[in-house]
Amino acid sequence: MASVWVFAREADGAPSTLSLELLTKARQLGQVSVVYVGAGSEQAFATIGEFGADEVFHFDPGDRLVAAPVANAMAELVRAQTPDLILFGQAYDDRDVAGRLAARLGATVISNAIDVGLDGGTATTSHEIFGGAQIAGAAFTGAPPYLVLVRPKSFPASPSGGPVPRVSPQALAEPGPADGRVLETHVEEREGPKLEDAAVIVAGGRGLGSAENYQLIEKLAKLLRAATGATRAIVDAGWVPYAKQVGQTGKTVKPEVYIAAGVSGAMQHLVGMKDAKTIIAINKDPDAPIFTIADLGVVGDVHKVLPKLIEALEKR
Amino acid sequence: MRVVVCAKQIPDPASPYHLEPDSHWLVRPGEQVLDDTDRYGVEMGLQLAQAAGGTVTLVSMGPTGTMQGIRQALAMGADKAVVIDDPGLRGSDALLTARVLAAAISKEGFDLVIAGTESTDGYSGVVPQMVAELLDVPALTYATTVEVIDGQVTIHRQTNNGYEVVQASVPAVVSVTAGVVEPRYPTFKGIMDAKKKPVETHTLNDLGVAAEIGQKVREVSVAASRKAGVKIDDDGEAHLKIVELLAQRKVI
Repeated sequence: MASVWVFAREADGAPSTLSLELLTKARQLGQVSVVYVGAGSEQAFATIGEFGADEVFHFDPGDRLVAAPVANAMAELVRAQTPDLILFGQAYDDRDVAGRLAARLGATVISNAIDVGLDGGTATTSHEIFGGAQIAGAAFTGAPPYLVLVRPKSFPASPSGGPVPRVSPQALAEPGPADGRVLETHVEEREGPKLEDAAVIVAGGRGLGSAENYQLIEKLAKLLRAATGATRAIVDAGWVPYAKQVGQTGKTVKPEVYIAAGVSGAMQHLVGMKDAKTIIAINKDPDAPIFTIADLGVVGDVHKVLPKLIEALEKR
Repeated sequence: MRVVVCAKQIPDPASPYHLEPDSHWLVRPGEQVLDDTDRYGVEMGLQLAQAAGGTVTLVSMGPTGTMQGIRQALAMGADKAVVIDDPGLRGSDALLTARVLAAAISKEGFDLVIAGTESTDGYSGVVPQMVAELLDVPALTYATTVEVIDGQVTIHRQTNNGYEVVQASVPAVVSVTAGVVEPRYPTFKGIMDAKKKPVETHTLNDLGVAAEIGQKVREVSVAASRKAGVKIDDDGEAHLKIVELLAQRKVI
């Protein structure tokens, strides 16, 4: 049976949602072990068991920058245990560890996968190219381990009800020349649900005209108990924090309803939200690409439509 | 301070991208532009080199072509460019790209390497980290601010729900997000000067890197696209259609 490892980064004291998505897929492919990076807890490890892993390798980097110490220790573990496939998420720490690990092992990485399989002694992937407009089917041509970075929301996260896994704490090497330190951690305050998990999202783009007008997005979101999102353009412009960015370099979301206001629909944004069940778009440019995927497109001025929409909802 | 900035020439994203029929490699026309995400790295590099006193060297892998993209970065103010162009690099994956960049950077010598977090055309998102590992230096990634003081580089590192303040000693690799600095536009003088700036080209052989690629694209298909639904002009009442749809979807 193939040996499949899943990289699980701790988020808010639990395995990240993304890692649970990967686990759900991994257990269809072989025997699953988890590389868990974070403080760890009985509850966290029990969750990993529920998602079908038998074994947890636990790394606790403390305030050391994760990538170098974890990749180094992981490389030794990989050499000793020879897994066939290692799944990472297309996420910040995952990318850092996968990149360093691959370089250390001389292993190939395939990024932006939306599906992965083991087939005739190699691993195969489907991965997005051109911002998700096309899908490439690829195969690894060398020897394992095969490293795959999987885009968020490619698989549903569903437990299989497995027992508590074996947990083996892993030592990290003494800090070396490639080490860094995390001095401070800042968490943006957020009202309402988490962007990645929200059922309804209201997102704004450059068409809002100014940072002040983002409050229209916030007002509407509050009425709908929705999370607020943003395009890269207005995040880069400093109107809203990076944590709100939806798209290729931001978050991938899959809500029931996505309302895009003043969002033109650049490829880089669409790739992060095109799988929403219902898309409603408001934009004054009738040729805006967002209208090619919207279920309801309103060609109009967000400064007129949004206040009226807010007023109508307040009256209900 | 010796700053090296990784810069990539890519086909103009304003025109549709095409793949070669059998290899599935991206068609790269002779005239390519500087990847927009690299303008931020170039600007950051210029500012840091100016503050500390130093030079900015561009390192770039890919078909040289008309060199338009490289000249764009030189016109912003970089001092010189090193370009690795070799037929063996066609269809290169992330690891081969990183090996080539690391070998060229190592040959140049560096205190700080700056790269975008990912390219616009390939966006594997792991090349800066691989380069750092191959050079055995820290990778400070997804920077929204960068500061170098007394041999320590400190960044604000973007995270899922905010940012971290992260620090390491130079030499180091830093990957920067768009928004880390506002890139300058080249001046007329900059554009004229760029034509005279030194551009060295290397082959794989020069760098002693083998052209090993560990993956093969077998087929490419168009992603299932969703159809456009109803598009209406706002006649002053369009918000009611939105309310109606939200009610249908049981959001309200």
